Amino acid sequence: MIAQALSRSRERRVLPGFGLSLGISLTFVSLVLLLPLTSLVGQLSQLSWSQYWFLITDPRLLASYAVTLFGAGVAALFNAAFGLLMAWVLVRYEFPGKRLVDALMDLPFALPTAVAGITLATLYSSNGWIGRLLEPLGISVSYTWIGIALAMAFTSIPFVVRTVQPVLEDLPAEVDEAAMTLGASDGHAFRRVILPYLWPALVTGTGLAFVRSLGEFGAVIFIAGGKPYETEITSLMVFVKLQEYDYAGASAVASIVLATSLALLLAINLWQGRFIKRLHGGRG
Amino acid sequence: MVRIGDAPRVRRLLIGTALALTTLFLLLPLVAIFAQALMSGIDVYWQNLSNAYTLSAIGLTLLVAAITVPVNLIFGVFLAWLVTRFDFPGRRLLQTLIDIPFAVSPVVAGLVYLLLYGRNGWLGGWLDAHDIQIMFAWPGIVLVTLFVTCPFVARELIPLMQAQGSREEEAAVTLGASGWTIFRRVTLPNIRHALLYGVILTNARAVGEFGAVSVVAGAIRGQTNTLPLQVEQLYQDYNTVGAFTSASLLALLALLTLAAKAALEWRATRRETAT
Repeated sequence: MIAQALSRSRERRVLPGFGLSLGISLTFVSLVLLLPLTSLVGQLSQLSWSQYWFLITDPRLLASYAVTLFGAGVAALFNAAFGLLMAWVLVRYEFPGKRLVDALMDLPFALPTAVAGITLATLYSSNGWIGRLLEPLGISVSYTWIGIALAMAFTSIPFVVRTVQPVLEDLPAEVDEAAMTLGASDGHAFRRVILPYLWPALVTGTGLAFVRSLGEFGAVIFIAGGKPYETEITSLMVFVKLQEYDYAGASAVASIVLATSLALLLAINLWQGRFIKRLHGGRG
Repeated sequence: MVRIGDAPRVRRLLIGTALALTTLFLLLPLVAIFAQALMSGIDVYWQNLSNAYTLSAIGLTLLVAAITVPVNLIFGVFLAWLVTRFDFPGRRLLQTLIDIPFAVSPVVAGLVYLLLYGRNGWLGGWLDAHDIQIMFAWPGIVLVTLFVTCPFVARELIPLMQAQGSREEEAAVTLGASGWTIFRRVTLPNIRHALLYGVILTNARAVGEFGAVSVVAGAIRGQTNTLPLQVEQLYQDYNTVGAFTSASLLALLALLTLAAKAALEWRATRRETAT
């Protein structure tokens, strides 16, 4: 069947460069992506199941899963709301400085995570610009889950804005008009007409923000402080185990991180695929 | 025409909230970087910049970018050409594989390279015997940076080249053009902007990568410190001004990246409205 498919595709191959581009792509993917990932599998295969289970259920590690999942959950929910607001404001309204605000939305992707990390840690420390104002209120951000969620939220800001924005731009004006002439209030019309339309993009963006937050390292470690059982995120645990030359332990934790993010990414892709299919009447 | 949320009160409230949150979460951190770097005056800032460790960190960072950007540019173009111009078994799989670096936590990326090239790794013994040092040296930094930045160019090109189709190139083939001529004269002019944007993104990430690099660098001062590692090290040493001085260089590059992106988008929309 493969041979058939190959010969079929060969007939259609009018353009030059198939062999060369296939060779370069496969060599690169094998050397840069697959070979290193196989070394993780190799390292893990030296462990028995009970050893593996013991490593990944260490109480300190279990606490880090909870901290990471909770922080990423809060960050993703924040970004769902903030991203929706920003996309709406940037698409629907005109105001001075709009282009600047639009450009700023991409800052978290352009700014190195370590820079974001030390900046947030400094701003929210007890004598920082913002931390100083929060302290009298009894809110401490540094070395708490709030700081972790904040840093995760910062680095994943662009996801929701940039997935919702193009969909909102394509929304025909008649949809609004119809809803409004039927006498719906703003809030009602938004919930019943606009939100269902934006929903797939919103879920995709929020999901991507969540996955990114789960793996975030550089931005989080400075503000989190890394207190065992309290503010240690899972990717920091990989780092800690490596510093102790515990390669087996680090690999076991890494396999959990890797499997979780790949599974979530696959789920997001499937969800998106279903949505695109529905949009194109089953042709996609 | 009446549109949802057009009432002046709603409009003011939403724009006001959006601006306040943007200022708090994005503008303020950006300003803080430069304020902290210049806290002790411009003289101290220059002193920190011209410090031998900072200069060598800048040098290493530039070296890493100078290698990874061209390599990933070439790979990205070939991969995009392959998956958008030919149909072959495994095409979808290849496209999925290339997304892995986006899903993987950078620390895990560093770890897998350490497992492969480190002293106890698969290739570690052979490398040791031949006196080749990859981990805790610049080649390791280059390799992990290649890993984390490899999707950017291809991801920008694939949707565009898919949408454009291959008719123009096929016409060039029937006119007897060679592969290189087709690419240079037909494909390249069409994908110029996306390619440039992919390069800008690759460069920004290559210069700023921290998690993966910190696993494989070993952070020997003046030897394997890139700028982001230098930022971390100075910050841990309680040298806040020094840390933010190096950070301000990276922030400047981030601002240039944003400006370049805005310029490219502006040109694209202008062309769209012109046609």
